[in-house]
Amino acid sequence: MTTASREKKERSWFKEEFGDPERRTAYYMVLPSLLIIVVIAFFPILYGIVLSLTDSTVTAFGSFVGLENYIEMFQDPDFLVGLSNTVIFTVASVTLEFILGLGIALAVNRAFRGRGLVRAAILVPWAFPTVISAVMWRLMFQPGIGIFQYLAEKIGIISGPVLSDPAALLISAIVIDVWKTTPFMALLLLAGLQVIPGDVYEAARVDGANVYQRFFRITLPLLKGAILVAVLFRTLDSYRVYDLFWAFGAKELDSLSTYVYEGVRISQLQFGPGNAAAVFIFVTAFLIALFFIKVLGMRTSTEE
Amino acid sequence: MASTTATGKGTGRRSLNMVLFYVFVVIFVFVSVFPLLWVFKMSIVTKSELYAAPPTILPQSLSGANWTQVLGDPAFQKALINSTIIAGVTTLICLFFGSLTAYAIARLRFRFKSTVLTLILAISFFPAVAIIAPLFIQFTALGIIDTLASVIITDTVFALPLTIWLLVAFFRELPVDLEDAAKVDGATTIQAFRKVIVPLAAPGVFTTAILTFIYAWNEFLFANTFLFDPSTQPVTVVIPNFATIYTVDYGAQAAASVIVTVPLVILVLFFQRRIVSGLTAGAVKG
Repeated sequence: MTTASREKKERSWFKEEFGDPERRTAYYMVLPSLLIIVVIAFFPILYGIVLSLTDSTVTAFGSFVGLENYIEMFQDPDFLVGLSNTVIFTVASVTLEFILGLGIALAVNRAFRGRGLVRAAILVPWAFPTVISAVMWRLMFQPGIGIFQYLAEKIGIISGPVLSDPAALLISAIVIDVWKTTPFMALLLLAGLQVIPGDVYEAARVDGANVYQRFFRITLPLLKGAILVAVLFRTLDSYRVYDLFWAFGAKELDSLSTYVYEGVRISQLQFGPGNAAAVFIFVTAFLIALFFIKVLGMRTSTEE
Repeated sequence: MASTTATGKGTGRRSLNMVLFYVFVVIFVFVSVFPLLWVFKMSIVTKSELYAAPPTILPQSLSGANWTQVLGDPAFQKALINSTIIAGVTTLICLFFGSLTAYAIARLRFRFKSTVLTLILAISFFPAVAIIAPLFIQFTALGIIDTLASVIITDTVFALPLTIWLLVAFFRELPVDLEDAAKVDGATTIQAFRKVIVPLAAPGVFTTAILTFIYAWNEFLFANTFLFDPSTQPVTVVIPNFATIYTVDYGAQAAASVIVTVPLVILVLFFQRRIVSGLTAGAVKG
């Protein structure tokens, strides 16, 4: 066996890789999933890039027009509104969710009566379909029947309906997103907190470290991995926001994703810029992920 | 961690801390479940109470009209069936392909493992909206627009990374000795996987199934892109459009929203421990 494998070393890795029955089985097991992913996700994105450089319509493939669609996209006020809404929404919601989520995680990271209740309360907003929670919140903001519209007028924050004021609509969308995903953020951070061994804190306390020193010198550095994973996932999720804006804003709140959808699915005249925006989202989302992985040093390996 | 409060300090301050903590817990739980409770209240009161100003806190005049209307509506029943088919079939396909892939990643050695993992991870970062136009064109060519197959295919792709990720975490928790023993007894890799790992991993597979099902049940973008024929639409597409079907029948919309979330809330309450362990499996090790 050993001499045989030594001889094989001389041959190509290809033979070694596919001559071994166990390794061959591994490829058989992996291949179907990979094929599905490549054919349904990666091939279309290449096709999408090609489409964005042509004057195609949804029914006919067009000719090459260079960056015309991109120029038209950047000159479209709807796109610019969608872009700024998306950036404001992403930064605000992820920041709030991170701060609140970390606070909740730190608070409930202990043994107490009613843990199960809190866990259930964490999971309820998470399990809701985003689009249905958007419908529910829209009902609560509806003029005439909505509790929040009533309270907002009573307190005097707003005189008209929240649902017809673009700024109020965006702020409300941020609130809804914070309601829906802060618990999930807390859950991920709590899981990270629970793997920090208690004796590290014990040792720090013996050495006279106060609560702030313990937080900034122990908790935060040891939690960095969990924080980066949670924040990256939430950032990319917020960045592609569609369901919430579509259903809560009833097509009056633009994001990058709703702009793409409008362009390629509703108003067929905007097919070109819509495709350009699709590629724009893909590339920028990729850059955000790259930033987290390369610059902030997020670990992506799943090896133990 | 329970003993973090210094024992030297007075018990008065400690019990005050406990009170504050429980006030916090109560507020947190209340805020989390408030929209569901409130919308439920909106769905069970009469029309006149629904439009009452100021709104009533507790329901005064009950009415089952919204619920009977929604539950008796053939279009809504069809949507529930569509959602169940989409989520159920997606879950089965994901479990089948996902468990094979996850086993290879968790247990077998091969050269391109990290490439495979990167590809799978890349999908979870992938903005789905970026491919709806190319897919719409391709699905039109294939003639599967306005069929459940279109959404099942796309949901499968985007749920697969989650399925694989969770199953890898669960498979790794199982002892290797049992498969080794099976292989010593002459079992092939596939047999060891089928006869040893799959039964042992059943709780993990079940948890993965719940999470995949919830993902597909909640999916909206693809369904809203590929399904324009109302008889093929799942609940996520039908409910936001209720306003147009019922000419702004908010009560019916409230009832429908509650109906589609209740199964999820029940699932979550029953399996909360497992779901939490599943959701955090990747994040902690990651």
